[in-house]
Amino acid sequence: MGKMIDARGLSCPEPVIMIRKAMASNDSEYEMIVDNNASKENVTRYATHQGYTVDVTEKDNEYYLSIKK
Amino acid sequence: MNIKKEKITIIIAAAIIGIIASLLVVFGNPTNMGFCIACFLRDTSGALGLHKAEPVQYIRPEIIGLVLGSFAMALWKKEFSVKGGSAPVTRFILGAFAMIGCLMFLGCPFRTVLRLAGGDLNAIWGLIGFALGIGVGILFLNKGYSLKRTYKQVAAEGFVFPIIQVVLLILVIAAPSIIMFTPEGGGPGAKHAAIIISLIAGLIVGALAQRTRLCMVGGIRDFILFRESKLLIGFVVVFASALICNLILTGVGVGTLFNLGFEGQPVAHTDALWNALGMILAGFACTLLGGCPLRQLVLSGEGNTDSVITVYGLMVGAAFAHNFKLASSADGPTLNGKIAVVIGLVVVAAIAVANTMGKSKEQ
Repeated sequence: MGKMIDARGLSCPEPVIMIRKAMASNDSEYEMIVDNNASKENVTRYATHQGYTVDVTEKDNEYYLSIKK
Repeated sequence: MNIKKEKITIIIAAAIIGIIASLLVVFGNPTNMGFCIACFLRDTSGALGLHKAEPVQYIRPEIIGLVLGSFAMALWKKEFSVKGGSAPVTRFILGAFAMIGCLMFLGCPFRTVLRLAGGDLNAIWGLIGFALGIGVGILFLNKGYSLKRTYKQVAAEGFVFPIIQVVLLILVIAAPSIIMFTPEGGGPGAKHAAIIISLIAGLIVGALAQRTRLCMVGGIRDFILFRESKLLIGFVVVFASALICNLILTGVGVGTLFNLGFEGQPVAHTDALWNALGMILAGFACTLLGGCPLRQLVLSGEGNTDSVITVYGLMVGAAFAHNFKLASSADGPTLNGKIAVVIGLVVVAAIAVANTMGKSKEQ
C-alpha cells in the first residue's frame, strides 16, 4: 500500500498538484481518493503521462485511485 | 475515457462551439460577441435593474441555456453532485473583481478568443494579460494556495440555481414592464438573436462544456503547470473554428464578421495597457477561483453552489462596474475603472497571500 492522498472535496488543479508533489518522492505506489469525475480524469491523465498505471474503484461516488509504476 | 478519445472529443466539441459562436452574430448578437459570459451576465444584471446602464440590459438566454445544458448533461451522466462550502464569501469577491477586470477589457476569456477570431487585434493585449494573470495565480497554487475543500450539501440546494434560470427564461419571454430591456438601436443590449436560438445555442454549448470540462483558464493553467494540453487544445480549436467560420461568412457576404486591425473594433477600445491590466486581474482572480466565468456557469449547473456564489459575484461586480462607471466603452477606459482595477489587483493579491500562507507546511 502506497502513500495515501485524500483529495476529496478539492477540485482541479489541486488534486493534480497534490499528486505531483507526492511524486517528487519517486515512490512506486500511491493511493488517492477524489470525489469528482473531472479530478479522477485529470489525476489519471497526469499519472499516466508520468509513466504510472492507474486503477480506479468507485465506491459511494468516491473514486479510489491505485497509482503504480 | 482514454486520453486520445478525450482529445478527439474536445476538438469536435470546441469546433462546434466556435461555429455556434460565429453564427450567433449572424442571428443578431453583437459583433465578436456570439458568446461573452461577462457581457451577458452584465446584461442580465441590467435587465433585473441591478444597474441602470440602458445600452446593456437584456436577460441573455445563452446564460440560461449554458446552466441548463450543463445541468441536463450532468444529470444524464450521473455527475450532478451538490456541494459547496469552500470559502464562498471569498469566491464572491473574486468573482466581482474578475468581472471588473473583464469589463475594463470588454470581454471574458471566451470573448477574448472570439474577438481575436473576428480580427480584433486589441484582444492580443487581453490575451497576454490573461496569461500573465494566470501565471501569477500559478505561483500561489504552487506555494499551496487553496480555498479548502467543499462538502456535500442537500440535493435541493443544487436545484435552486437551475430553477432560477427557468424563472429568468419566463421573464425574458413574458417581458413584464419591471424588466428593463435596451430599446431598439440603443446599444449592444438590443442586439440579440431570437430567444429560442440563443437558448438552444446555450444549451448545446453548456452540455458540451460540461462534458469536456472546457475552461479558458484551465487551458493555459494546465499547460504551464503540468504541460497538459487537453483544455488548451479546446481553447485553440474554438479560436480556429470561429475564425474559419467568420472568414467564410464574411466571404459569402452574410456580414462583416472579420475585420483585421486595432481601430474601430466592435465593443472594444484600443488602450493596450488597460486591456492587458484588466485581463491580468481577470486571469489572476479566475485562477484563484479554479475556472473562467464559462466554467463557473457550467459548474453551477452541476450542483457546485460555490460556483453559484461566484456567478452572483460576477453579476454584482457588473452592477458596480456600471453604477460606478468602471466599465470601459469604445472611447476607452475610465479613470474610475483604472482605480478599480488597481484596487482589484491589490485585493486579489491579498486573498492569494491569505490563503497561501502556511499551507505548504500543512501538506
